[in-house]
Amino acid sequence: MKKLINDPRNVVEEMLEGYVKAHPNSIKQLPGTGRALITARETREGKVGILIGGGSGHEPGFIGYVGDGMADGVAVGNIFASPSPDPILEVTKAIDKGAGVVYLYGNYAGDVMNFGMAAEMADLEEGIQVGMALASDDVASAPKSEKQKRRGIAGEFFIYKAAGAAADFGYDLDNVVRVAKKANENTRSMGVGLSPCSLPQTGEPSFEIGEDEMEIGLGHHGEPGIEKGPLQSADRVADRLVNDILADIEINKGDKVAVLVNGLGSTPKMELYIVFRRVEQILSERGIEIYRSYVGDYITSLEMGGCSVTLMKLDDELMKTIDHPVDCPMFVQK
Amino acid sequence: MEFTAKDWKDFFKEIVSLIEEEKDYLCQLDRKLGDGDHGVTMSIGWQAINEKIDNELANEEDPAKISITVGKTFLSAVGSSVGPLYATGFMRGAKVLKNKSVAGDQDLAEYWIAFGKGIKERGQAEVGDKTMMDTLEPFFKELERKFAETNDFLSSFKAAVLEAKKGMEFTKELMSKKGRSSRLGDRSIGAQDPGATSAYLILAAFLSFVEKRMAKAI
Repeated sequence: MKKLINDPRNVVEEMLEGYVKAHPNSIKQLPGTGRALITARETREGKVGILIGGGSGHEPGFIGYVGDGMADGVAVGNIFASPSPDPILEVTKAIDKGAGVVYLYGNYAGDVMNFGMAAEMADLEEGIQVGMALASDDVASAPKSEKQKRRGIAGEFFIYKAAGAAADFGYDLDNVVRVAKKANENTRSMGVGLSPCSLPQTGEPSFEIGEDEMEIGLGHHGEPGIEKGPLQSADRVADRLVNDILADIEINKGDKVAVLVNGLGSTPKMELYIVFRRVEQILSERGIEIYRSYVGDYITSLEMGGCSVTLMKLDDELMKTIDHPVDCPMFVQK
Repeated sequence: MEFTAKDWKDFFKEIVSLIEEEKDYLCQLDRKLGDGDHGVTMSIGWQAINEKIDNELANEEDPAKISITVGKTFLSAVGSSVGPLYATGFMRGAKVLKNKSVAGDQDLAEYWIAFGKGIKERGQAEVGDKTMMDTLEPFFKELERKFAETNDFLSSFKAAVLEAKKGMEFTKELMSKKGRSSRLGDRSIGAQDPGATSAYLILAAFLSFVEKRMAKAI
């Protein structure tokens, strides 16, 4: 696969260098590991710090979501790999304004260990209180009976949005964690993969799939999904994704939801809107109200082809968080 | 058997070259189960260690410090899930070496038992989950048993590495229960676990390093 890079070993560092130079008024890089970025703007004393993080290759996730209304800092891992505790701790120290820091990340073995180790160190060595909320929105990654095993995918975006707003509202650490966990509880995603991505360092496709095939439930790192079959129409795929989500979470007539149709990297917006069209039809047939919609590349997998659909069921508090304005380099909501 | 700071550094250097040789093979195994980067991840970590050995650790005489630095460097360089796992192993091993400039049979046995047990504690995986624990648990159990019986490090370690190998090979028959590959279910059967493989490579490298050293000594 062709890639516009220099040396595959330097892709993360060079991306971060470009990113920080492109947005000097929004983002600054901390001096230690180089993998710790924080907002360049002044944050209020007493505000709970929001720390996000994960592997690289998911841009705009996660570096793109540091800014007003979302995260105060991000710890950046290698491609598709959790950051080590070092940059997590570096960000924690920099963004703590005396009210503690909340870590938001996806439910993956590596992230759980590294963020967990960092949280212990923050508490023991720095005396900083850390709260955590994990994203586990992917319906396809484990059955409902083993919900604690589910991975976080595009729904992480809603969790950042909710927690970032809650911290801005002046909520304390426990309440920011509560809102983040509620956002996760109310969020479900399901994806489809059409074509693989390749890691810059290996150049090999992340999974194998035929020209005329699709894979339902494919993971954000190319982990095989739950079902491989012939490519179907956008409407049939959207039916499958939404029906699986609605079978997993009770969303009734009159309920309000936020919808995210997320591109995985190389799927054109045209196709994402075609999918959204069908999602809207299904929801309105059921009398479910779309309160706010997001369509685009929010959390990607390099140049993977395909998309995911995410629904977050809203109550009054989550509605307030979803309405909260955001100003990040890769995402603005007025 | 006496193992010095220089031996530890030489051994870690051997892993550096071994991982470079096996990088593609480990990636190839990982592509069947995960995102295909295990070899790359291991290489990033061991290359960082290589640099530490050549610079910061060049004049280091304390084996415990060397092992701690190896663990911390690996963790900082890779993160991921193997980062905390291997880092915990080398750091727990380092505790055994504390205040000892030379490790004897007993210390070496304890080092590798602590290495395996530390990783188990960090990862919370069981034998049969299709992870590096399938290599490591039979390994440290056999080492513990055999060494208690014989007090001879080399023969005990050799027997333990044999168990490690069986454990690694058995991961082909297993279904993944931990980590990203666990969601493959039945589809994970038939593929050898890359973590179990890299853990075996490290243990086997220590065995061949020690055997070579013994041969030289004679």
